[in-house]
Amino acid sequence: MRLLATDLAAIRGGRRVFAGLAFTVGPGELLAVTGPNGAGKSTLLRVIAGLLPPSGGSVGLDPAPKDGLAGQVHYLGHLDALKPAQTVGENLEFWRRLWSGGSVLSALEAVGLGHLRHLSAGMLSAGQRRRVAIARLLLSPRPVWLLDEPTAALDAAGEEMLGGLIARYLSSGGMVVAATHRPLPVAAAATLDLGRAA
Amino acid sequence: MIRGVAAIAAQTVRLSFRSGGGAFMALFFFLAVVVLAPFGVGPDMKLLARIGPAILWIGALLATLLALDRLFQEDRDDGSLDLLVLSGLPLELVVLAKSLGHWLATGLPLVVAAPVLGLLLGLEPAALGWTTLSLLLGTPALTLIGTIGAALIASLGRGGLLVAVLVLPFAIPVLIFGASAASAGGEGAGTPLILLVSVTLAGTVVTAFGGAAALRAGLD
Repeated sequence: MRLLATDLAAIRGGRRVFAGLAFTVGPGELLAVTGPNGAGKSTLLRVIAGLLPPSGGSVGLDPAPKDGLAGQVHYLGHLDALKPAQTVGENLEFWRRLWSGGSVLSALEAVGLGHLRHLSAGMLSAGQRRRVAIARLLLSPRPVWLLDEPTAALDAAGEEMLGGLIARYLSSGGMVVAATHRPLPVAAAATLDLGRAA
Repeated sequence: MIRGVAAIAAQTVRLSFRSGGGAFMALFFFLAVVVLAPFGVGPDMKLLARIGPAILWIGALLATLLALDRLFQEDRDDGSLDLLVLSGLPLELVVLAKSLGHWLATGLPLVVAAPVLGLLLGLEPAALGWTTLSLLLGTPALTLIGTIGAALIASLGRGGLLVAVLVLPFAIPVLIFGASAASAGGEGAGTPLILLVSVTLAGTVVTAFGGAAALRAGLD
């Protein structure tokens, strides 16, 4: 299975963000998407996820899964999708049930927050919230991770932890597309430079 | 798939009862409307008993719509909506699950409270029963219709009473059938109750597809 994009283009607010993009991501490969602010990195990830329709070209898994791409990707966006009224554990427990996923505790321990699972998510710092959002990626196995600025708000130890998780995921055959303007803690198989701020 | 729907509905119920949730607000609003009505109508017990079912229905309608505006907006604001779209469940089922959860948290308590509040209005035991039954069959339709409005305003920064304004005209048939079933009671209630159930069933289908389409159109 691989992630394949051909002649991909997107328009937002009447403005062409990018056009003619083509790339392939195979199992165990990390594609780093770089570019200045406004270059369209987030837009590209949302188009790949299917949250935005492309204005031209196509992107998807090859061979295409019969239920579509939606159940095949984990999307880590700018927002951490946490409910401040619930505890950290309750937040993840919801997604575990929705996805019929694995253990919440081991996912939290993998990001170093096992001891905080009874704390209200509203009390977390920005970096801790990011770590919980990363823990959610570990709850259920999906072949593609789409990471939008995954290191945002993380400290040095957090970046190293994320690097370890991505490396482990890649070695198990996962595919990662990560948008970032900082060097990633893991070596990328390929880099897609959206270059100019259009 | 059923487990996913149950998880979303249960989550919606839980958040409704947490801080910032709308479950208690709807119930207290219902209480306020019904308690205020006798002060406005005056000390005429016969009149009050006659218009009591209608007051309960109008109170339930407004209370249901009051808490609906944040149903999808919160998920959109904190990023959960993107993940729900990518959950692997059809978005139509996600919408129905949210709607079900909202009804369990805000609609069902209104139905349970209706007989008690009906006593305040001097309703006869039979009228209490018919009103409660009509609310049980009709409030799901109100929630379903309101869910489409909530999905439509999800991408707006703020909703407030916009959902109520958008949705009220479409809720009029439910109010007519519901209030007439509650007032008629006995054999006269049969036809309006059947129509009420049919609105609820049709609303289930329309809301699933209409709500999902509205949410998809609002993604950006």
